[in-house]
Amino acid sequence: MIIELGHYALVLALATALVQAILPIAGARRGDRALMELASSAALVCALLVAFSFAVLTFAYVTSDFSVRNVWENSHSLKPLIYKISGVWGNHEGSMLLWLLILVFFSALVALFGRNLPETLKATVLAVQAWIAAAFALFILLTSNPFARLISAPGEGKDLNPVLQDVGLAIHPPLLYLGYVGFSVCFSFAIAALIEGRIDAAWARWVRPWTLAAWTFLTAGIAMGSYWAYYELGWGGWWFWDPVENASFMPWLAGTALLHSALVMEKREALKIWTVLLAIMTFSLSLLGTFLVRSGVLTSVHAFATDPTRGIFILAILVVFIGGAFSLFALRASRLKSGGLFAPISREGALVLNNLILTTAAATVLTGTLYPLVLEALTGEKISVGAPFFNMTFGLLMLPLLCAVPFGPLLAWKRGDLTGVAQRLFVAAAVGLLVAAVYYYAMNGGPVLALLGIALGVYLIVGALTDLVLRSGIGKADGSVAWKRLSGLPRSAFGTALAHAGLGVTLIGIVAVTAFETETVVEMKPGMMVNAGGYTLRFDGMRQGRGPNYTDETGHFTVSRGGVAVTEIWSSKRLYTARRMPTTEAGIRTFGLSQLYVSLGDPMTDGGIVVRVWWKPLILCIWGGALIMMAGGVVSLSDRRLRVGAPTRAKRAAGLALGAAE
Amino acid sequence: MIRLLLALFLCFSSVVPALAVNPDEVLADPALEARARAISAKLRCMVCQNQSIDDSNAELAKDLRVLVRERLTNGDTDEAVIAYVVSRYGEFVLLKPRFETKTMVLWGMPVILLLCGGVALVLAARRRSAGTPGSPLSDKEKEELDKLLRS
Repeated sequence: MIIELGHYALVLALATALVQAILPIAGARRGDRALMELASSAALVCALLVAFSFAVLTFAYVTSDFSVRNVWENSHSLKPLIYKISGVWGNHEGSMLLWLLILVFFSALVALFGRNLPETLKATVLAVQAWIAAAFALFILLTSNPFARLISAPGEGKDLNPVLQDVGLAIHPPLLYLGYVGFSVCFSFAIAALIEGRIDAAWARWVRPWTLAAWTFLTAGIAMGSYWAYYELGWGGWWFWDPVENASFMPWLAGTALLHSALVMEKREALKIWTVLLAIMTFSLSLLGTFLVRSGVLTSVHAFATDPTRGIFILAILVVFIGGAFSLFALRASRLKSGGLFAPISREGALVLNNLILTTAAATVLTGTLYPLVLEALTGEKISVGAPFFNMTFGLLMLPLLCAVPFGPLLAWKRGDLTGVAQRLFVAAAVGLLVAAVYYYAMNGGPVLALLGIALGVYLIVGALTDLVLRSGIGKADGSVAWKRLSGLPRSAFGTALAHAGLGVTLIGIVAVTAFETETVVEMKPGMMVNAGGYTLRFDGMRQGRGPNYTDETGHFTVSRGGVAVTEIWSSKRLYTARRMPTTEAGIRTFGLSQLYVSLGDPMTDGGIVVRVWWKPLILCIWGGALIMMAGGVVSLSDRRLRVGAPTRAKRAAGLALGAAE
Repeated sequence: MIRLLLALFLCFSSVVPALAVNPDEVLADPALEARARAISAKLRCMVCQNQSIDDSNAELAKDLRVLVRERLTNGDTDEAVIAYVVSRYGEFVLLKPRFETKTMVLWGMPVILLLCGGVALVLAARRRSAGTPGSPLSDKEKEELDKLLRS
């Protein structure tokens, strides 16, 4: 009974979304306040209905109600509770419901906190949100109903795909979706601006926190996914340029560009049309990502859905929303007046360069991902576009951008002084080269390119701090004065510095692992030793074990350095009983920022077992840098001018006066 | 049902621990082995999704790895090995497609976009600097400004 209630709530949510999609916008056109105010209540009701529906599905999973087809297909009564819950979104139907839940949740947030938005804008934004919600609710109800029943309930479920039974994968999709769907709000604001034919700094002040929040979640989601792949898939790779990874990376690149262009728009009223276009592109790429993953058009590691009717439905959603948005843009963009003049060498100019490179990079990844599909559809010829292509093109594009990053915050608005900034960054560059030289010495040599990469990373970190140092006058002004100035800096300045420094940290990790990792593949019998990264591993033997829904074999290794035992590593292979499917649980030990990674291969006929041992120098920098970037996002989000949201009319006038005084 | 299960198994088995190079494949000469690894990373495992033969544990990938090592031991250059594999398996095997007519758009995209974007920016900057730097304030705007400055 409760399952049917959940299903019914979803139908009601669709109806509510349709009301919210049509009436408020009619109200905004006719100036009917009652109709416009309907948007907020409808958004809240819709969110409650979808939340109820989602709770019902979760309930079915937790109680292992195998009369529900979706639960039977993806759950098992012996599974630990956390994976029963994460199983809700570990499959196509449930993950689409989660997508919808997050979408309506964001609409509800706009409804709740958008009191100081102009009412026509708010009504239009919520209506656009409801168009998307209605499309996805319809998609779920027609093609991917998670509440479908089985006539005779089976006694036991088929279990969740074992590689997905992992804490990392339990939180990876929600984080990713918070990012993807967060950009829907920016999209709705962009569409609303086009419909209204009006856009101002208050618009940017609203869009920027949403972009920041979505970007922060997406960064978290991508980093999480990458770390999951690293430890779960068992061969120590952390990025594969897999189409599904690209699907989340493209919105990230476009979102990063949007973050920067929204800044220009907010502060300087320039790049309005471009910002609107970027907001549309970012969410379009999110939709495209959903399409690529959900339609099964690319069958890859992550694609657990393959059904053409779904594919065609999502493709229709894609065409309607992206096509519609771009047509609207073509028709109405000329109405948006651009303002804010600036010289090419200026902070605006630097941000434009950032946008140019980031969008080109996103387009390159997009072309690389879709090219084989398109070429095969058009000519029947099959080609592959894989990691070597992306590493080369993407790397070449990123190089100038990374060099330019520290320049951005140091350049003045409107008209900057390039030589002056270059002089100020001299220290950063020098420190970078110095660290690279020390590293070269410590590693007993190494590829020159890798050393330049390390230098670039350090330069990014020091360059990011340079901005804070210069603005607070550390070293020049009196200590206490400098401290006061530093603590008086806007939070967004710290956010920028953190995000840019995080980028440097990630770069160092990537370069160090790519250039200096060592891999040893050996067949081992108990008592044998193998060396990696200055440590010696002794294989002590295998042990059989049993978990709640799997059996495992675990290899035990003693790690020693200079003859002294420092730690031990267990590395295992699991066999999940329900699906008869094996997984590896790599043994990983952290030493500072580096890791030893041990993974078991096949047993050999003579009683030995294949063991792969990797030394991954500075690998934690890759995700540590992402964490620092996220911290930058959060700190920026807590900036006062964003925390208060769009100011009321009186405050806005005051703000203008302040801006004029600056 | 059996077929469905089999299909499921096949599609998941490509996910499972792709533990590639086995000790028995490794060449004695480290320099030659390093070249073999570098070549393997550029060749696609034809029966897998987006995996190089270096990463994959599929039978076919193993055969290819052995083939690459055989050719290298026979004294082939890296290019010759790759050309040989392509002649046998087609260009699908290359993870980095060659620059040809059919991949022109793929390789050209970044360059074209950067150029177009750059030209558009230069034109926009020219147009902006050619125009009058901002129109004079209207009376109403002046009034508003005065009010703001006084407050």
